[in-house]
Amino acid sequence: MKSLVIAEHDHKALRPATLNAITAATKLGAPISVLVAGFQADGAAQAAAAITGVAEVLHVDDAAYEHFLAENMAPLIAAVAKDFTHVIAPSVSNSKNFMPRVAALLDVAQISDVIAVESADTFVRPIYAGNAIATVQSADAIKVLTVRGTAFNPAPATGGSATITKTAAQPAHASVSFVGQELSQSVRPELTAAKVVVSGGRALGSAENFKTILEPLADKLNAAIGASRAAVDAGYVPNDYQVGQTGKVVAPSLYIAVGISGAIQHLAGMKDSKVIVAINKDPDAPIFQVADYGLVGDLFQIVPELTKAIGD
Amino acid sequence: MKILVTVKRVVDYSVNINIKADQSGVETANVKMSMNPFDEIAVEEAVRLKEKGIATEIVVVTLGVAQAQETLRTALAMGADRAILVPCDGELQPLGVAKALRAIVDKEKPDLVITGKQAIDADNSQTGVMLAALLGWPQGTFASKLEIADGVATVAREVDGGQETLKIKLPAVITADLRLNEPRYATLPNIMKAKKKPIEEIKPEALGVDLAPHFKTLKVTSPPQRAGGIKVTDVATLIDKLKNEAKVI
Ligand SMILES: Cc1cc2nc3c(=O)[nH]c(=O)nc-3n(C[C@H](O)[C@H](O)[C@H](O)COP(=O)(O)OP(=O)(O)OC[C@H]3O[C@@H](n4cnc5c(N)ncnc54)[C@H](O)[C@@H]3O)c2cc1C
Ligand SMILES: Nc1ncnc2c1ncn2[C@@H]1O[C@H](COP(=O)(O)O)[C@@H](O)[C@H]1O
Repeated sequence: MKSLVIAEHDHKALRPATLNAITAATKLGAPISVLVAGFQADGAAQAAAAITGVAEVLHVDDAAYEHFLAENMAPLIAAVAKDFTHVIAPSVSNSKNFMPRVAALLDVAQISDVIAVESADTFVRPIYAGNAIATVQSADAIKVLTVRGTAFNPAPATGGSATITKTAAQPAHASVSFVGQELSQSVRPELTAAKVVVSGGRALGSAENFKTILEPLADKLNAAIGASRAAVDAGYVPNDYQVGQTGKVVAPSLYIAVGISGAIQHLAGMKDSKVIVAINKDPDAPIFQVADYGLVGDLFQIVPELTKAIGD
Repeated sequence: MKILVTVKRVVDYSVNINIKADQSGVETANVKMSMNPFDEIAVEEAVRLKEKGIATEIVVVTLGVAQAQETLRTALAMGADRAILVPCDGELQPLGVAKALRAIVDKEKPDLVITGKQAIDADNSQTGVMLAALLGWPQGTFASKLEIADGVATVAREVDGGQETLKIKLPAVITADLRLNEPRYATLPNIMKAKKKPIEEIKPEALGVDLAPHFKTLKVTSPPQRAGGIKVTDVATLIDKLKNEAKVI
C-alpha cells in the first residue's frame, strides 16, 4: 500500500486543508507521498516536505497547473496515481473539480467527503445532507477519495524532512483557458479554519447590515463571517460565504447563527461545531434544535448589545 | 446547437428522511420524490439558451426506475423537446451513470451537456465531471453564469475563494450551481403539451456499458444527534454561559 495526497495550495504556501488530508492518509498506515502540482510552487513543495508523516514530495512545476484546471490536473494525477493504492485530496472546490476526472481516467469510483477511515478499503461518508451516514467498501485497486477537513485534525506542519522529487508535466488540454478570477478579499480568518464563525441569514436584510451589524461582532471575536444560501442569493455577501450542504462545511469552537432559520441544508454545513449559538426572533425556528444556547429576539437589538458586552 | 441535460429523480429536498431499520439505506418508498434541484437549474439554463435562439433542441436523459418518467415529464413541461429513459432498477453509481451518459452522447452528438453540480441524495458531485473525462471534453463546473458565442462557452464558476471565469471550446460539459438561474414552474398548458412529447426508452444492455457498482454500502446509520440546548433570556446570561460553561470566549 502507498498513499498519494494531492496538495491544496496557492503555489507559495499550502492551504490548511492539506494538513487534514495528511491526517486522513496516516489512518491508512501506508507511506505517504504528496503531489504538489503548481507553477513556481517551490514554497508549497517545501512546506509539504516539512509536514510530519510525509515520506516524499513529488513536485511538478508548469504553467499548465497555475490555475489547477481539471483538464490539466487530471491526466497528471492519473499518471502519477498508477504507483499508488490510495489517492486522497481534501474536499475543496479545486479537488471537487478534478478528482472525479482522475477517477474516471483510472476507471475507478470516487468516494466523496470521507469523514472516517475504517480500513484500507472501507470508508465512512455523510449522505442526504448529513442526515445519514454511509459506510462503504471499495472494490477498486486504486481508491480515489476526497476527505472532509472538519473530520480530521491537521497534521503537524513541521517536523518532517521528506525528499522533493521533480516530476514531469503532462501536455495541457487545448480547449480551455483561464480568463480571470474575483477573489473575496478578507483580513478575517479563513471560514473553514476559523475558531469562531458568525453567520448571517436572510433576516440581515442587506449587505449594509452585514457590515454594520455582523462585522463588529466578528471583529470582537476574531471570527470568520459565514452566511446562509438565502443571504448569498440575495447578494448580501459573496458566494464563498455560504455554509451548508452545497457550500462550505465548518466545525469551529463557536458558531453563532444570526437570523438563520436552520434548514437541513444549512445544518449540514455547521452542525458539527463545538458550541452553537442561535439568535432568532421565532422561538420555533429549527435552528434552536441544534443550538446549545438560543436567544429569542430581534437580531438588530441583540447583536449590537452582544458586541458591546463582549470583552467588557 | 443541441443540448443534452441530465436529470435525476431524488427524495424531495424538503423531506426529513428515515433510515431503514436494517441499516440497508434510506427509505424511499412512499416518500415525495422530485427532480434533483440542481437538475431543475440545468434544464432551466438549457431552456433559456433555446429561448435566446442559441440552442435548437433540448434532450433530457435519466437513468432510473420506471417512475423516473415523471421527472422527465417535468423537464419536458419546463421546455425540453424530448426525453430518454434508461430504465435501471439496480444501484447506480456515478462512474456507471457517466459511462451510460457517454454512450447516449455518442448517439445524440450534442454540442453541450448540462448536468447538476450534485445530486442531493448521495451528495457525490461526480457524474458530470466523470462524463467530461470519458469524453475528453473540457468542463465548466459549479457554473453561476454561462454565455455561449461562436462555439465557445464563457463560464463563471463558484470556487472556494470567490469566483473564476473560464473559456471552454464546445463540445463541453457544464455543471449547474445554485445561482446559475432560478428555475421556472411549469404552467398547466405546458404540462399538457409535455404529455405529447416523446420519451424514448433505451435499455442499458443496448448501450453496452458496465453499470456494476464499484463499491458496496455496508450500512447506513443516523448521524450522532446533538444534545438539546437551552434558551437563555438575555445577552448577559449568554455571555456568562459562553465564558464560564462552554469556555469558548
Ligand atoms: C439544493 C439545495 C441546496 C441548498 N444548499 C444550502 C446551503 O448550502 N446552505 C444554506 O444555508 N442553505 C441551502 N439551501 C437553502 C435552504 O433550504 C434554506 O432556504 C436557507 O438556508 C434559508 O436561509 P435563511 O435561514 O437565511 O432564511 P429563512 O429560512 O428565510 O430564515 C430567516 C430567519 O430569520 C428569522 N428572523 C427574521 N427577522 C429577524 C430578526 N429581526 N431578528 C432575528 N431573527 C429574525 C426568521 O425567524 C427566520 O427563522 C439549499 C436549498 C436547496 C434546495
Ligand atoms: N441516474 C442519473 N440519471 C441522470 N442523471 C444523473 C443520474 N445520476 C446523476 N446524474 C446527473 O449528475 C449530476 C451529479 O450527480 P452526482 O454525481 O450523483 O452528485 C446530477 O445533478 C444529475 O444531473
